[in-house]
Amino acid sequence: MKQVLIVLVEDKPGVLNRIANLFRRRNFNIESIVAGHSEVPGTTRLTIVTDEEERLRRNIIRQDLLKLINVIEVVDVTEQPCIIREYALIKIKSDGATRGEVGALVDMYRGRIVDVGTRSLVIEVTGEPSKLDSIIDVLSTYGIIEIMRAGKVAITRGAENPADNGGLHLWKNSRGKAVTANAHKEGKVS
Amino acid sequence: MNKSERILTGAELLWECLIQEGVEVVFGYPGGANLPIYDTLTAYRDRVRHVLVRHEQGAAHMADGYARVSGKVGVAMATSGPGATNLVTGIATAMMDSSPMVCITGQVAATALGGDAFQETDITGATLPLTKHSYLVMNVEELAETFREAFYIARTGRPGPVLIDIPKDVQNARTAFNYSAEPINLPGYHPPEKASDEAVTTALDMINNAEQPVILAGHGILMSHAMEDVVELMEQASVPATPTLLGLGTIPASHPLNLGMMGMHGTACANHAIQEADLLIACGMRFDDRVTGKLATYSPHSKKIHIDIDASELNKNVRVDLAINADLATVLRQINPGIRKRKREAWVTKIAEWQKDASQRDILQMDSPVLMGGQVIRTIWEGTPEDAVIVSDVGQHQMLTAQYYAHEHPHTFITSGGLGTMGFSLPAAIGASFHVKDKEIWVIVGDGGFQMNVQELGPAVQEGANINIAIINNGYLGMVRQWQQLFYEARYTETPISSPDYVKLAEAYGLPGYRVERREDIPSAMDSARSHQGPALIDFVVEKHDMVFPMVPAGASLHEMIRRPHPKHATIEVGK
Repeated sequence: MKQVLIVLVEDKPGVLNRIANLFRRRNFNIESIVAGHSEVPGTTRLTIVTDEEERLRRNIIRQDLLKLINVIEVVDVTEQPCIIREYALIKIKSDGATRGEVGALVDMYRGRIVDVGTRSLVIEVTGEPSKLDSIIDVLSTYGIIEIMRAGKVAITRGAENPADNGGLHLWKNSRGKAVTANAHKEGKVS
Repeated sequence: MNKSERILTGAELLWECLIQEGVEVVFGYPGGANLPIYDTLTAYRDRVRHVLVRHEQGAAHMADGYARVSGKVGVAMATSGPGATNLVTGIATAMMDSSPMVCITGQVAATALGGDAFQETDITGATLPLTKHSYLVMNVEELAETFREAFYIARTGRPGPVLIDIPKDVQNARTAFNYSAEPINLPGYHPPEKASDEAVTTALDMINNAEQPVILAGHGILMSHAMEDVVELMEQASVPATPTLLGLGTIPASHPLNLGMMGMHGTACANHAIQEADLLIACGMRFDDRVTGKLATYSPHSKKIHIDIDASELNKNVRVDLAINADLATVLRQINPGIRKRKREAWVTKIAEWQKDASQRDILQMDSPVLMGGQVIRTIWEGTPEDAVIVSDVGQHQMLTAQYYAHEHPHTFITSGGLGTMGFSLPAAIGASFHVKDKEIWVIVGDGGFQMNVQELGPAVQEGANINIAIINNGYLGMVRQWQQLFYEARYTETPISSPDYVKLAEAYGLPGYRVERREDIPSAMDSARSHQGPALIDFVVEKHDMVFPMVPAGASLHEMIRRPHPKHATIEVGK
């Protein structure tokens, strides 16, 4: 099973470099990494997928990430119920003769044709990674020119924000207010 | 604007920040990209001392040595480009040994960054994996807060080096200076404190029910100030302890339950005890390969408790039964009240047998016509007060110092453990001398390592650093030679090394130098060296082919030690 990590970081220059560097140093492979602003201003949430299978090594990855000063929380959702989605743009060979047929296929996958050329089509599709694999397989019969996959994004099911176990809630509450670095351990937020 | 705020340049602000952080001394070297910093130093000379090194590596090691004896944050300063890259070995050394340090580098102007300007190096990029954290300050308004964070990060949690890279235009820019007194709030950085009640109960169960427990005493004891707590645990529960290399001095060498150092060149007694233990209590150490030997056979019968402030060390090298991520002293204060008093006579007797065996093979009994390194170091131990600070370099003499110098007190043994940086000792001792004023400082260094940073004799003399330098001169890169002898069929490729005449070299630098070739001359040379105020040097010409025993070959099990031949059947090749 692929390891899926949701990582909340401070939005500062060089953070991605620090994260990538950890993986490089231990020769762990990053399968995909997606970053974007989170619900908290000044923070970025990443979904990182690795091909690490072994549980102890997965934990090392998590602990090493947490050691970075700018990393606020790391949640390993590999074995948690969560929604994982991927986005892809697929450019295939297609002319007037096959366009209708392709359109019907794309509808079945709830994708969209977003660009039409005389000899090509660009298809946009979102879904579970296996669904993307499937449509790519189907479309390959027409001849694939180019694929751009955006990497996996994950979010846990349920009402909880897993990052609330870390220091984030403290940080949110403490904007402009004095909070000791370990106040969350003592439950004190002034 | 607040009345207390003043408008300062970045360079002035830097010195103000250092003063706010209690910095007394900075080790550095000026250059094009930090000229504004040096230009403003004149106004702060009465409050901060600056030591001009001869190579920036020396600055980093000096800051490191100062940090290790004082527990305060050491500060090193360099210019951009080569100045900054010269710091790198020193930064890596501090990182591996968790030494609190702030390195300040000048950088080309922010507007020129990335354009391959003269003396530009991406030093934050280059040191990324070697620092606990690093900053490139692009804006003078952020400078003061950066310093506050950097010092806080360097000294808290698991300490380590932090680098601050400051472009020259930021040094010249002006801003209002206001050093906040607010607590630092880094959302992703919360060093742990206490152990959970559940962990304490489990630990107590394990300790109280163990028959053959051993404490592994690491560097974390020093940094957590847990010396007394560890000794209390040892004495209450009759648990013997064995220090790591950097743990030497955390428990007194003279303590009857101190087994001596563990690991590759540890005592046979400590290694046997670890292998036969039914419980290991690892305190602030990281199961380095030099202390575990072959992991598959490491302490096979024991349950293991690991207490460390760095969560990423837990279950990293050795799988443990109870991992406690917390401050060591705090944990021991939670555990100790619940410890059941026990004598453990069988275990203590077994250990005493191993201890006897080791002493019989000791080289000190050997009657040799030439000096032996171990004998020199033992004689230095006999001739120095027990609180003397010993700074060793890296190699055979380092292991001999660990074995033959009995370290009684914390912060009295300084050495590059994790990185094994040759050339560390001389600058580290100079750095230490700015904190240690009332104790003797002895550098113990090989002829190889001494020549790696010998240029730092310059600042030693210029600053009148009160250090005594003992060169253990065997004409070889001794530890590598030992490996060649044992594992490469005695092909001594590029390990014989020549030396200058160290007595003349000392004279050229302006310090007294002595040469000793006979055992009986050691004490008088020591007296001459220590009676001199300022640096002094002794060149001990020792046996070329001596080896450090016991030795666990790399990759072997901890109990598979190569032992020194019994003195009666000594086959050590003597003289050449």
